[in-house]
Parts: sequence; C-alpha cells; structure tokens
Amino acid sequence: MNGGAQTIQFHTKPVIIGGYSIVGPKEGEGPLRSYFDYVAKSDLFEQKSYEKAECKMHLLTIERAIDRVGLDEGDMCALLSGDLLNQIISSSFSARELDIPFLGLYNACSTFGEGLCLAAVFISGGFMKRVAVSTSSHFSTAERQYRYPLELGTQQPPTAQWTVTGCGCSVLADQGKGPCITCATIGKVIDYGITDANNMGAAMAPAAAYTIAKHLEETGRSADYYDQIITGDLGIFGSEMLVELLRSEGIEISHRHVDCGKLIFSEKQKVHMGGSGAGCSSSVFNSLILHEFSRGKLHRILFVPTGALLSKDSSLQGESVPAIAHAVAIEEQV
Amino acid sequence: MIDKQAYNKLVKSKAPKSKEVKTLVLAFVIGGFICCIGEAIHDLLSAYLPIGPQTAGSLTSVCMIFLGSLLTGLGVYDKIGRVAGAGSIVPITGFANSVVSPAMEFNREGMVLGVMSKMFVVSGPVIVSGVVASIIIGFIYWVVSMFA
Repeated sequence: MNGGAQTIQFHTKPVIIGGYSIVGPKEGEGPLRSYFDYVAKSDLFEQKSYEKAECKMHLLTIERAIDRVGLDEGDMCALLSGDLLNQIISSSFSARELDIPFLGLYNACSTFGEGLCLAAVFISGGFMKRVAVSTSSHFSTAERQYRYPLELGTQQPPTAQWTVTGCGCSVLADQGKGPCITCATIGKVIDYGITDANNMGAAMAPAAAYTIAKHLEETGRSADYYDQIITGDLGIFGSEMLVELLRSEGIEISHRHVDCGKLIFSEKQKVHMGGSGAGCSSSVFNSLILHEFSRGKLHRILFVPTGALLSKDSSLQGESVPAIAHAVAIEEQV
Repeated sequence: MIDKQAYNKLVKSKAPKSKEVKTLVLAFVIGGFICCIGEAIHDLLSAYLPIGPQTAGSLTSVCMIFLGSLLTGLGVYDKIGRVAGAGSIVPITGFANSVVSPAMEFNREGMVLGVMSKMFVVSGPVIVSGVVASIIIGFIYWVVSMFA
C-alpha cells in the first residue's frame, strides 16, 4: 500500500480518548508535578521489591486510564505494553491481572511510540475498536539491570541520564473526543557507532534525526507544519545533536523542538542530561501533552519516542549502541 | 546527513566533560578526610590498647570496613560517592561499599542465589587481581631470595 515507504497515512483516524500517568516521588518534585495524575509517595509503591513496585505502578496506570474514559476491561480489544526489564515482566505481570488480550512490546525507550503506531494500525484498519497502550520504567529496576547496585558509591559522567520512575497509558478508539493520529513513520535501527553506554542521547539522536527527516520527506510537510516536535528522551546533549544533524539536512527544528527527558526534571535535580526510560515519554505524553491538547494550546505535534537498543552484555562485548525512533503525528480533530 | 565519522568527532568535541579541577579537589579532600579518620583510629588504638603497630593496623582496617559497611547500609555512602568519586572508592571503605551494596541489592533473590552469589559482582575483579598479583610477587620474591 505504501510501497516501501516508512510512513503510514491513516484514512480512518484513531482517536486518543484519554490517558493516565503515574510517577515516582522524584519526578513529582520536577517541573511537571501538577500535570501528573498521581505522584507516589514512595518509589516502592508499598511493595517488597522494586520490580514488584514497577508492576504495581504499571497495572494501576492501565486500570485508571481505562476507568477514566468510562470503559471496562471487557471493552478493550487489546493491551499493548512494554518496559525495560528482562522479558518485559512489568508489562506481562500487569497483563496477568487484566482480562484484556495482550501484546508485549520492546523497543527500549521508544516502545510507547511503537505501541501508538501498532494501535493506530489495528484501529484504522478496522480490526479493533479500543486499544490501550502503556509503557513504564523504574529508576531502581533499570539501575540494577543496566548499571550497578543502588548503594554503590559511583560517580556518573556528565553525559549520563536518569531513568524516570513512571508509567503512562493511553486509550485509543475508533471514535470519540480527543486528538487523533493522522500518520506514523516507523523508524529503522540506526547505529552511528557510539559505544559509550553513558551517552545514550548521542547514540539516539541520529535515529531521531533519520525518522524525522524521513517523515517530513514522505508526508511533504515542513517542520513548521507542527506546533512542536517532541522527542522521547534525548536529554540536553542528545537534543543538541539532533538539531545539528537535521540542520545538516537543511531542516531547522530548534525553535519547535522539545524533549520529554528535558521537560520532566529541572536542572536542580542533578540528573545530568535529563530523564530517560520507557516511562519518560509515556508519562509526559499522558500528562502534559494530552493536557495541552485539551486546553487547545497544542494543535499538531510530531511525537518521536527514542530508544537505545543495548544490553549490559552488548556494551561489555564492545558493541556500539543501535537506536530507533518512531514518529507519530497527532493532531486535533477537525 | 553527517556521516558516522564526522558525527563521532562532533560528539567527542561537544559532549559535556567532567569538571576536572572540581572532581580532583573533591576526591582529594574527601579521600584525605577518610584516611585521616583511619589515622585517628590507628593512633587511638595504639595509645589506649596494649598492641603492636601491626595489630593496630589490622584493627584499623576492620574499623574502617565496619564504618564503610554501616554507611552503605544506612544509604549514605552512595551519596558520598556521587560527590567524592575515586576519593571514596579507593580507601578500604570503598571496598566495603562494593561488597555490601550488591549484597543488599540482591537480598530479594534469596540468601544463597541472591546475597551469597552476587556479593562479589563488583569487588570480584579486585579480589582476583589482588590474589594473582600476590602470587606473582611471591614467586618473584622466592626466585630472588634463592640467589640472594
């Protein structure tokens, strides 16, 4: 249908009818505190381990998102979820408690973009009526899996980012009130040879640049078509690199680019380059971004969650960090 | 788009760098302070206990390991480490931190396969290279002392 092109145009436009976001206490102290639906008092969520805590956060977010739009579990055709843990246990274990057909996803921190793309295809194609998309991450579970024990006294390099403890869930439907997805560009895995696992912003920037350039080329739109181009978790340095990369292509986005990883924390919070994680873009999308749409402050955005597809072992084996980004165009309903 | 080589160059030149002077000074001051505590314990032990310098030294190490472990358990040592860097990694308290922190972290996976097997994931390399180095030095000492 789209003959090798990466962009899918949706003739029937899936509507994002609602969302819900939960974050941990540190994110709740950040600049977006008033936008999040629920800020946990403790990042343990009254559980015995951080993994269990992330599961509980994830489950609560899905349940409340579905509840908020006035639906029941039984009304949902599918749940598309992902997280950063091995075997995506936060998502699968949440789905265990729910009576919804489940598809587990992994695209690292860009999983929320992957989920939105797939949900839009299912709905626009007429295969499903209502789909929930959720992703989560937790600082303490990610630290253990990708880095060191929490209490180890190490110093992080200035290019490092802070994994967001947070979860966001969006509910998409074939009709209803809310912004709709007009088209989506599925990204390719791009590797520019960055080997420093502590500089993920730089590793992901080329993937974001590639997807954004491809999206604009295939849709024939200019960057100015959008109110904002919102990337997932490039952080301060990655954002700088993205602007540079696109500038070399003749695309100027600096005046309308924002990054969820930069938005979620303030400089005072000592998170170096900003937030990261699968829950970063999803929690910001389901709080600030949906809120701005409903207030009429945003009309058209290009939402580009970014992911670094590395593991601890791949870094140790000297592999560079491949990255991916998916672009989802979200616009007000006309 | 910019090619890979040019991009890597760009990243290298533009990536934010550690503030060398600040980190060096902090490592020196805090690392030095930890060593001063060690010296103080050593002097106090030698002054008030009827022990020789070697026993006093060993007892000092034990005290510092205890302090490092305690501060790790209280969740303080990682905060010191974030500021001090090598200043709190190099002293023996840092070694205690590197053993206790994984033991705490993997407590939830059970005693045997959690705590016991993961306890040395960070400090393992230090222990292995220490043992190997002592074997090599011992061998050299043995060979030299045959001719001396």
